[in-house]
Amino acid sequence: MNAMLTIEDLRVAVEDKPILKGIDLTINAGEVHAIMGPNGSGKSTFAQVLAGRDQYAVTHGRIDYDGQDLLALPPEERARAGIFLAFQYPVEIPGVSNVYLLKTAVNALRKHRGEPELDAMDFLTLVQQRMALVQIDEDLLYRSVNAGFSGGEKKRNEILQMLMLEPRLAILDETDSGLDIDALQIVASGVNSLRNKDRAFLVVTHYQRLLNYIKPDYVHVLAGGRLVKSGGPELAQELEQRGYGWLQEQAGAAP
Amino acid sequence: MTSPNSQIDNLLNREYPAGFVTDIDADSVPPGLSEDVIRLISARKQEPQFMLDWRLSAYRHWQTMPVPQWSSVHYPPIDYDAISYYSSPKSRKPGPSSLDEVDPKLLETYAKLGIPLAEQEMLSGVAVDAVFDSVSVATTFRDKLAEYGIIFCSFSEAVRDHPDLVRQYLGSVVPPGDNFYASLNSAVFSDGSFVFVPKGVRCPMELSTYFRINAANTGQFERTLIIADAGSYVSYLEGCTAPMRDENQLHAAVVELVALEDAQIKYSTVQNWYPGDEEGRGGIYNFVTKRGACRGVNARISWTQVETGSAITWKYPSVILEGDGSVGEFYSVALTNNLQQADTGTKMIHIGKNTRSTIISKGISARRGQNAYRGLVKVLKGAEGARNYTQCDSLLIGDRCGAHTFPYIEVKNPTARVEHEASTSRIGEDQLFYCRSRGLSAEDAVTMIVNGFCKQVLNELPMEFAVEAQKLLGINLEGAVG
Repeated sequence: MNAMLTIEDLRVAVEDKPILKGIDLTINAGEVHAIMGPNGSGKSTFAQVLAGRDQYAVTHGRIDYDGQDLLALPPEERARAGIFLAFQYPVEIPGVSNVYLLKTAVNALRKHRGEPELDAMDFLTLVQQRMALVQIDEDLLYRSVNAGFSGGEKKRNEILQMLMLEPRLAILDETDSGLDIDALQIVASGVNSLRNKDRAFLVVTHYQRLLNYIKPDYVHVLAGGRLVKSGGPELAQELEQRGYGWLQEQAGAAP
Repeated sequence: MTSPNSQIDNLLNREYPAGFVTDIDADSVPPGLSEDVIRLISARKQEPQFMLDWRLSAYRHWQTMPVPQWSSVHYPPIDYDAISYYSSPKSRKPGPSSLDEVDPKLLETYAKLGIPLAEQEMLSGVAVDAVFDSVSVATTFRDKLAEYGIIFCSFSEAVRDHPDLVRQYLGSVVPPGDNFYASLNSAVFSDGSFVFVPKGVRCPMELSTYFRINAANTGQFERTLIIADAGSYVSYLEGCTAPMRDENQLHAAVVELVALEDAQIKYSTVQNWYPGDEEGRGGIYNFVTKRGACRGVNARISWTQVETGSAITWKYPSVILEGDGSVGEFYSVALTNNLQQADTGTKMIHIGKNTRSTIISKGISARRGQNAYRGLVKVLKGAEGARNYTQCDSLLIGDRCGAHTFPYIEVKNPTARVEHEASTSRIGEDQLFYCRSRGLSAEDAVTMIVNGFCKQVLNELPMEFAVEAQKLLGINLEGAVG
């Protein structure tokens, strides 16, 4: 089986300061990978580099996504190729309605696939159905993107976008941060509803609790810019009990 | 890796699709300004004596006036003797009675600009007056409007055919000695539109004027006068373009609006004069005086402007709220890119009781563009219960541009309520990346963010033009937002 995503020796710097110092990771279709790690270990950088954020300089390494050189693609082409990033801090866009951004995004992807644009009626039917999954009020559609949304609304809105765009590879960047337990379950059930054999997830989180609801196949620990340990779901449990300190020492990475 | 700013720069690389020149024989007066030139213009236009006298007195006053220095725009001194004050396409007969008499090259020019004047393809529901350099070349739908008693014609025709109305209202809102550029305009004004809507008539279509500067080294001095009699309503729109030239050209217009009791005038501008190139060479100096007077009870005047062009924009569409309960509104989007400068805003003068005004100003600066909001809200002693709400928002794209706000408030009545809100934000790489990660191209993302920012103002435009304005904002930011 060909891997969906193959990352080889990825090194990334911000303003000449190395953040990621050589990451190797392979993700196959159908798998859920969790990236855990202490604050400042480079988790968010990793997630954003995959989505194409260009404030980060890739200094070394390559990423193959479905046979394409991912690093050569601008963010919009990665999105059109099926990569989705749920942001840790979703961005506010005043004056642009949430539904307008959603519709534009959905149609940009459909156009890329050579499909006709959805008309307003079909779009609305679809979005109402998906909104029910993440329990979002319809008035959120007509408010400006993320403007004045509560923390929970922002995160659920990210998941709504994911459900609408149906990505092949979804990257969730600390989607659990700031969520109460009810919201956490809602978000997790949204994610689980998309799980299938053709789709992969990369779940970036600081805490183990999200992984109680989204069961990962693999857990990796990112510390000091490297993946210092990989294992199954049980690794997450161990981290919950022992913290990250022992791994950082073991890897000899700077804290 | 490209830096975010160079990416934004690439996105701001603009094209100016209206920048072509029409090759047409023009009848221009030689450059320079004197009483003889003014007599010549007046004679060409076959004006009555009162009009010539008015011009000459304005000219004599203008000669005594200093060039205004108070605004924040910078430009080298203008040599008023290097400008030609009148240029008219040669083949044109005075006042063509039908489009068959209009030079096909002119029709072609307007068609290219998306303003079809030929009867069979006229913009439905929109009557157009087309002004080319110093003259009006065609006015559509005049007969239909005449059925309602509405006069819509070029200013030159109004001077000849409706001298009493012109005499009564011309200069009654913007007096000939008002300011340096208004005085210059009063002396040499060429063409523009004249509108009169009689009592109780609701104008059945949008009226619009399309201004085109074509000839080189020529100034355009348009004069527009709109009168809405008691209980009437009219919506008027102007659009403007000019060829790309290396020299700066002067456009000094005056617009006067008069709304009597219960009348409403809605005046919208989509200004896309040539802005100059990336190095700031060329472009139009757009020095304009626009003012409306609400002369009766419950009269209402609203200005909506989308200013995307010109090297320098200097204009303050204002409302004098004389009638009790009258309403003034100002909705503005001003975009400056490259080395463009805009100093724009409004004056709301509250005289009558319970008068209300609203000011919504959105300034967008990209690259090295400079944008200033300058506004005055003045509440006079007798204006019991006057109310004003002002909101000024600035959006910065990149880190070499600037936004400035100069709100002046003078309140002489203690019952007045004046509110002012202001904000400045920057199109962040965050917003851009967010949209792009959802599959939108950088250009589409910027257009979407900018349109979102301007939404409150664009909503005020007549629908056909709101779409145009959105596209224009997109084109003028092309290559600018990354």
